[in-house]
Amino acid sequence: MYDLLRNLDRRWIFLLMLLAVAIPILLQSQFPEKPTGLAKAVFDEIEQLEEGDRVLLAFDFDPASAGELGPMATIFSYHCAKKKLKMYYMALWPVGPQMIDDSINNVIKKEFPEMVYGEDYVNLGFKSGGEGVIKVILTDIRKLFTTDGYGTQIDEIPMMQGVENIRQMDLIANVSAGSAGTKEWVQYAITPYPDDLRIVAGCTGVQAPLLYPYIPNQLPGLLGAIKGAAEYEELVVSTYGDSDLPGIYSEARRRMGPQLIAHMLMIALIVVGNIIYFMERKKGVS
Amino acid sequence: MQRSTIISIVLMAVGALFLILRLATSEQGMGKAYVRAVPQAVDAQHPEGRWQTVASADPAEYWRAEKANPEQTEVRVSWANSIGIWVAAFFTLAIFSFLFGDNPAYKVAEAMVVGVSAAYWMVVGFWEVIVPNLLGKLMPGMIKAWSMPGLDAEPDLMYIVPLILGILLLWRLAPKGAWIARWPMAFIIGVFCGLRLISFIHADFLSQIRNSIVPLVVMTESGFSFWDSVRNLTLVVGILSCLVYFFFSIEHKGLVGKTARLGTWFLMITFGAAFGYTVMGRIALLAIRLEFLFDDWLWLIDPNGRRALSEAVSLLQGSGVLG
Repeated sequence: MYDLLRNLDRRWIFLLMLLAVAIPILLQSQFPEKPTGLAKAVFDEIEQLEEGDRVLLAFDFDPASAGELGPMATIFSYHCAKKKLKMYYMALWPVGPQMIDDSINNVIKKEFPEMVYGEDYVNLGFKSGGEGVIKVILTDIRKLFTTDGYGTQIDEIPMMQGVENIRQMDLIANVSAGSAGTKEWVQYAITPYPDDLRIVAGCTGVQAPLLYPYIPNQLPGLLGAIKGAAEYEELVVSTYGDSDLPGIYSEARRRMGPQLIAHMLMIALIVVGNIIYFMERKKGVS
Repeated sequence: MQRSTIISIVLMAVGALFLILRLATSEQGMGKAYVRAVPQAVDAQHPEGRWQTVASADPAEYWRAEKANPEQTEVRVSWANSIGIWVAAFFTLAIFSFLFGDNPAYKVAEAMVVGVSAAYWMVVGFWEVIVPNLLGKLMPGMIKAWSMPGLDAEPDLMYIVPLILGILLLWRLAPKGAWIARWPMAFIIGVFCGLRLISFIHADFLSQIRNSIVPLVVMTESGFSFWDSVRNLTLVVGILSCLVYFFFSIEHKGLVGKTARLGTWFLMITFGAAFGYTVMGRIALLAIRLEFLFDDWLWLIDPNGRRALSEAVSLLQGSGVLG
């Protein structure tokens, strides 16, 4: 057994991991989620807004990270629409507008057909420049956004009337896959204007440890990876969800099934690897 | 023949056999995408719109429409999107195949990703940056007539400066005078250094110091808060011990050495947490690709109820589509 494990071809481990992820997906296993403090903080930040308050939904991600961040974007949109907030979508990533369109088509158009484009929500589209864009729109949004994402003159959009800059937003909800993303929003928007702006964010697992130092003063709430998304989804759906909500509102919780099994496999592999290491040390194998 | 080659051939043969069986035996089929016609520019003279665009539709929507009227064309199979699903499935499997070993399918997929990404960035850069942010500022009338009907602005000649800097940057490609590109590059580096320096000092350095100054004994309205105190104490001890670990002006011996050792533990726990998060992220990415293969391509699962299996099968059986 010792020799077998010591010389195990790593492709068997790949196969095991594939099965650990694939089988729960095929069985559609779902486990209960208990929301933790950070997910509750995100939920509370949106919850305390009043009907008609402005929220900037900055979707700074692309299809490569949609597996983790797509469910966050979906549930952010759903929560804001349920609260009847004015939603201003924008993106600092070139493929961000497609992610915004996904949310608009799957959430707003399907679940909230009464919402009117330009009055209840607007897609400002993508602007290149990363942190430079944030810096400019903090003082004058029209310097960069002369039209919305579909080419309509920005002054012809009813909900843009009276909006001079993003400091007039009541909350920024950012979904971030990297740079430019949550870190830049915190550095360039939140830190210089702590009295004007607040932010909540959802980010990839890789980013989450880098953003923890900003909690709670600069970043009150953070959804870290698919686990954070699942907790927030649980909070929103248990508060607002109807019994016949489509499957896209359980995406994050559904993806926690494969996570659980794959993590158990990973822990087992780490334990086995350590046992082999200590056995080798005991035997004096270099 | 090498053992790995034999295994590859067997795996491909099994996969192909499974696909053939699935296509032959599945009542609903697999790997098809549907679209719904969406009328545009609807007015009194053109109640069905002057032209149509399409939006993606669920298979169940198609089956319902077929059941209601077999002659309908409003909801239909999109061959372009269906081919897209099959191509995406092929590339997903091609990328996965690298786990078994390097192979031509993986190389093709890798080259496609690089090529498509580069082309996409170029197109986006042109339409999202050069057209609206440069040409739209310098020649708004022309750009409005050409590509941005919503644009309404006066010419701003200040944008000649970025135009010149842009041309100077491209001078690098010229056979002579490539050094000219150093001037706009110096401008870009200077601006970003200034921009980033201020934000890092403000958001990361000063704010992080402020965030670290916390009470070690936390008193709330209900009295002493044990867990908040433990949290703050851990934070302060962690910061100080990690700082000592990176302080090399004193030899790490005695108390300093022990504190530095504690700092190492804090760092290791941090790296472990970061690794755990990375694993979670990567598994989520694997999960969505497998979901795509099982749901969109093979139609083995239906988590979003897009095919609403029981309803769809009964509809199809009723309409005779399934025989």
